[in-house]
Amino acid sequence: MRTFHGRTVAPGSVTAEALVSHGGLNTLASFQKALQFGDKKATCGDQNNPDLYGKAMAGKALCLPQTIGSTTGGLVLYCACSMHRQPACLLFSNPIDSLAAAGSVLASVWLEDVNMPVVDCLGEEFLQYVHDGMTVSVSPDGTVTVE
Amino acid sequence: MYLTPEQTAILQGAKGDTLAKVMKTLVMYGEIFGADKMVPVTSRYNHLVTSFGLKALGPVYDLMNRLIESGAVSTQKFSADPRPLDPNVPANFLQNLVFHKFMYSKQAYYEDQLEKMGLMDPDAFSCACYLEEMGNRPRKGDVLSWAESSAVVYANSVLGARCNRNSGIMDLMGSIAGCVPHFGLLTDEGRKATWIVRVETSQKPEAQLLGSAIGMKVMEEVPYVLGLDAWLGTELSDDACAYLKDFGAATASNGAVGLYHIDNLTPEAKEQGRSLIAEGAQVYVIDDAELQRVRESYPVVWKKPDAQPKLCFVGCPHLSLAQLIEWTQNIEAGLRASGHRQVLMPTVLTTAPAVKKAFERTEYAQRLSQTGVILSCICPLMYMNNPLCASMPVITSSNKLRTYSTARYHTESEILALITKGGDR
Repeated sequence: MRTFHGRTVAPGSVTAEALVSHGGLNTLASFQKALQFGDKKATCGDQNNPDLYGKAMAGKALCLPQTIGSTTGGLVLYCACSMHRQPACLLFSNPIDSLAAAGSVLASVWLEDVNMPVVDCLGEEFLQYVHDGMTVSVSPDGTVTVE
Repeated sequence: MYLTPEQTAILQGAKGDTLAKVMKTLVMYGEIFGADKMVPVTSRYNHLVTSFGLKALGPVYDLMNRLIESGAVSTQKFSADPRPLDPNVPANFLQNLVFHKFMYSKQAYYEDQLEKMGLMDPDAFSCACYLEEMGNRPRKGDVLSWAESSAVVYANSVLGARCNRNSGIMDLMGSIAGCVPHFGLLTDEGRKATWIVRVETSQKPEAQLLGSAIGMKVMEEVPYVLGLDAWLGTELSDDACAYLKDFGAATASNGAVGLYHIDNLTPEAKEQGRSLIAEGAQVYVIDDAELQRVRESYPVVWKKPDAQPKLCFVGCPHLSLAQLIEWTQNIEAGLRASGHRQVLMPTVLTTAPAVKKAFERTEYAQRLSQTGVILSCICPLMYMNNPLCASMPVITSSNKLRTYSTARYHTESEILALITKGGDR
């Protein structure tokens, strides 16, 4: 078991199974098919992300360096939250990027019942340590425990 | 973050709950990035990334309705990304059914919302809104609240405007409030380059391939590119701007670049030179072998990797008028050389509506039409975003389209050979 400390972007507590992307998460490419065609598991559709492609993202502790790609990213994340197909939490090794931040803020301000804790700045070691299937717990102060 | 008394009052609800939420959204967004204040949006027009009435984006339409009903509409007129559909672009019965009945069944509804919000005109749909014919071209130093990754990177890099890589909806929030948080690419410090890219290729690198390599390497950081002026010159000619448009779109979609500097060419690099490079900047050297390596890293995701291509898209981002003319001439020459009258597969060139009108006033429109090529203003990406297209072998010269779809990337000369000769260069 290891504990990492990051910066809380959206506070909350959650325990979930880890899903790890070592490359940037292309939000549009990853979520769009799931949102369009009613896939409640939010299966990742990004062919360029071998870590996530074909895996369910909904309800997982999504561990990643940052998000990349189209500036629809934030609204796609907002829609995923509104439709309850979002990851259990977003855990960034790097500082959060503007698209993921937008999605998190939009969900927090404009949706009533969304709990998706977001922590960034967890460091490179976090992504090296965490693997798919490990159990990740997030605390409101930005502490992330991986076991 | 410092807020003016007026901004504070809005945040506290002086102009209603909805505007208070708009301001709260911008404040929270800015605080994440350490913004010190809000700055006024100074561009004449805004640009929105969301142009498509995807049924799946129901929550966006609900939010738009809340804004419209409360009178929280944009303080600026705006353009938006391209429409997703065009009856002239080939689609079979099943695709048409899926497009119109399932995927984009909200298109008319959403366009009505855009009109109420402040759409510039009924044809203001292009990812390349900054092309002269489209009329949404910010001035150097303008502060923008734009989204659309390819437009943001062009506005920042080639036009010298200042804009963060805003997300869809966040673009609208800044335009409604008339201000955006001051951080990142709005600041002098945020515009410094943290990567030095040395271009050492033996010939002019393909714009979309070079952009892809740089995007994948630097992700969201700012590159200062050395050596490209040897191929592009030191003036922002039509050719150079078209190259930078395609290059930038690839940096932004294959990575998350919002600003690049080209030594001796882009405005800030011309003014400030290498003083734009931050201390400790990392170095990335791109030679022929590196471009080859990057290209070979692209996965082939066609169901049958050796299938014959069934459709070709050129123009993501939308083609400029000069590019349309050049493609017309090149396709004609290719067909002459191969002895064919028309292109060998359905081929779609995409451009902005106002550029299409300008092109149609030239002799080249008729000549392009005679080659069998279809000219459209759609977004190829939105066309490709469905499972039916996943099984369809589509080729493109766009690295952005490759990234977001199952389309296979080819260089422009390869595309030309494939559509006019059926293969080889």
